Amino acid sequence: MSLVFTLASRNLFQDRLRFVATLIGIVFSVVLVMVQMGLYFGFGRMVTTMIDHAPADLWIVAKGAKSFEDLSLLDMQTRDKVLTINGVAGVTPVVIGFADWRLPEGSMTPVFVVGSDLKDDGLKPWHLVAGSLQALTPPGAVAVDRTYFDRLGVSGVGSTAEIRGHQVKVAAVTDGIRSFTTTPYVFTNLDYAGAYIGLPANKVSHFLVRLKPGADLDHVRQEIQSAVSGVQVLTPDQFKQKSRNYWLFGTGAGMALFAGALLGVIVGTVIVAQTLYSSTKDHLYEFATLRAIGCSNRYIYTVIILQALLNAVIGFLLAAIIGFAVVEFTARSALPIVISNDLMFGLFGLTVVMCIASALVAITRVVRTDPVMVMSR
Amino acid sequence: MNEPIVEARNVSKTLGTGAAKVKALKHIDLSLEGGKLTVLMGPSGSGKTTLLSVLGCMLAPSEGTVRICGSSTDGASRERLAKIRRDHIGFVFQSFHLFPTLTAAENIRLALDVRGERGARARTRAREVLTRVGLPHKIKAFPRDLSGGEQQRVAIGRAIVAEPSVILADEPTAALDGENGQAVMGILSAIAKEQNRAVLVVTHDTRLIGFADRILRIEDGALQPEEPNRSNVYQIRSSA
Ligand SMILES: Nc1ncnc2c1ncn2[C@@H]1O[C@H](COP(=O)(O)OP(=O)(O)OP(=O)(O)O)[C@@H](O)[C@H]1O
Ligand SMILES: [Mg+2]
Repeated sequence: MSLVFTLASRNLFQDRLRFVATLIGIVFSVVLVMVQMGLYFGFGRMVTTMIDHAPADLWIVAKGAKSFEDLSLLDMQTRDKVLTINGVAGVTPVVIGFADWRLPEGSMTPVFVVGSDLKDDGLKPWHLVAGSLQALTPPGAVAVDRTYFDRLGVSGVGSTAEIRGHQVKVAAVTDGIRSFTTTPYVFTNLDYAGAYIGLPANKVSHFLVRLKPGADLDHVRQEIQSAVSGVQVLTPDQFKQKSRNYWLFGTGAGMALFAGALLGVIVGTVIVAQTLYSSTKDHLYEFATLRAIGCSNRYIYTVIILQALLNAVIGFLLAAIIGFAVVEFTARSALPIVISNDLMFGLFGLTVVMCIASALVAITRVVRTDPVMVMSR
Repeated sequence: MNEPIVEARNVSKTLGTGAAKVKALKHIDLSLEGGKLTVLMGPSGSGKTTLLSVLGCMLAPSEGTVRICGSSTDGASRERLAKIRRDHIGFVFQSFHLFPTLTAAENIRLALDVRGERGARARTRAREVLTRVGLPHKIKAFPRDLSGGEQQRVAIGRAIVAEPSVILADEPTAALDGENGQAVMGILSAIAKEQNRAVLVVTHDTRLIGFADRILRIEDGALQPEEPNRSNVYQIRSSA
């Protein structure tokens, strides 16, 4: 093995204090970027969770609607018109909206009601841990998530409360359907949802369209679009993209997360550049000696870049361990941090780029060094 | 006749700028041949280190030319000069300049490593050289665990391991006591003879003159006319 590696690693490990400072810098920066980006992806996944779980080939939503949570309304009659279009197998309405939930002891808390056909093709609650979908058919039956038991003042299947003066009863309990708005979701049958939200008769929020086997998705989409005015017809992917764009960029939340990540990158680069530069300065006579005994610039660059890479790899590994801990820790929170393999690869690449950029600063210092300095000391 | 390994023709060197400008070398003509240890002496500030730096291709002359093994260094880039040093020149510095994080053997091997010579052969070669300079038992020792004399011997090992044609040593014994100084000069002299190298040693120490095949004196940047040394130079010259 070349002594390049020996020189680089011993330069690095010899000054423990500086090495630890460098690692703290890298770990801090990588974890910050990881959390920001993890939140970004977590948020991005969260805002599409309803769309992810709806059995639709196409969505019909109001013209200006920017996300699933958009409260614009559609006419119920639209459904019959769409059903006549060739290739359409079924059209299921979904209604959504805010409502006040009155706890048994009298206080109120806002909830987000999702009403749909719970028998077959609607937007049904998932991850049931108690009760059943069948149990949601009778009037007043609702499904809530167990995370929100305290907020809703219920203790499980059989608990009762009131929405808009209507008595409701928990008939099913889900696990992990959490809302990024922190307002609890309440699933219920379409027939009663309108009354809870206070919708005018014959108004709904969205339609889920299912196609017949073999139907041409794009063709049907255009057919619906031209047959019905005042609506957008979107594939689930398009609708998800729209929702993400709205929540992440329309609200500035995404930009804030990116700005945080950028800050992490800058802080990390500055710290690594600073420590690598001062390390290189401390070893300047050694680099000048290398140069004096005739070593090429490439050899010297390799030593410095290897130092940077060693920093990067060790720092990244530590950051990754912390990252996994954070993922574990937030997995059951309202906003889980999502770190995919792609994000991990990207972060590693970023760490390497950050460290090498820092190495370039140190290299410019060495390039300016005249080997003749070793003669006069 | 022997082709000179190092050749300086009419070399002058001005150092510093403005008021601090010093003409450190003045019209130096000098050839160094293989097989000889040349000692360069002169008062402090006379230009010894500057001459060594110019001959060793670390400083470009302000005037005149330097040729190493027949090729001129005129207008060579820094990278090209580094290559000339790598291919032809071994340096021994007054303050050793060993790498504190490398062992004795690794310090020597470094000179091979920068030349792209690696692996088992380089290790063996470094060990041989360490034996050659009398430190076979110090392979794993770090510079901080070696005496000054031992460190300088490691530095000589580093200078000779890649078998350069010329070895330039700037006051290699200045930091050593008399006994160690003698030992270091002995090694340098033996290398010149056994391996037909040109060795140029700067020293202040008149006790070391006995090792010289040739003595050069420099004063105020100018080489003084040579007088044959009382030792074996004279005999070699007259028998040739
Ligand atoms: N970088 C420099 N800038 C200006 N002048 C310099 C520089 N380096 C050396 N000098 C001057 O050049 C002259 C020759 O210096 P040099 O170091 O070659 O002398 P030396 O014979 O090696 O002395 P010593 O025995 O003290 O080592 C001196 O007058 C010195 O002050
Ligand atoms: Mg000097």
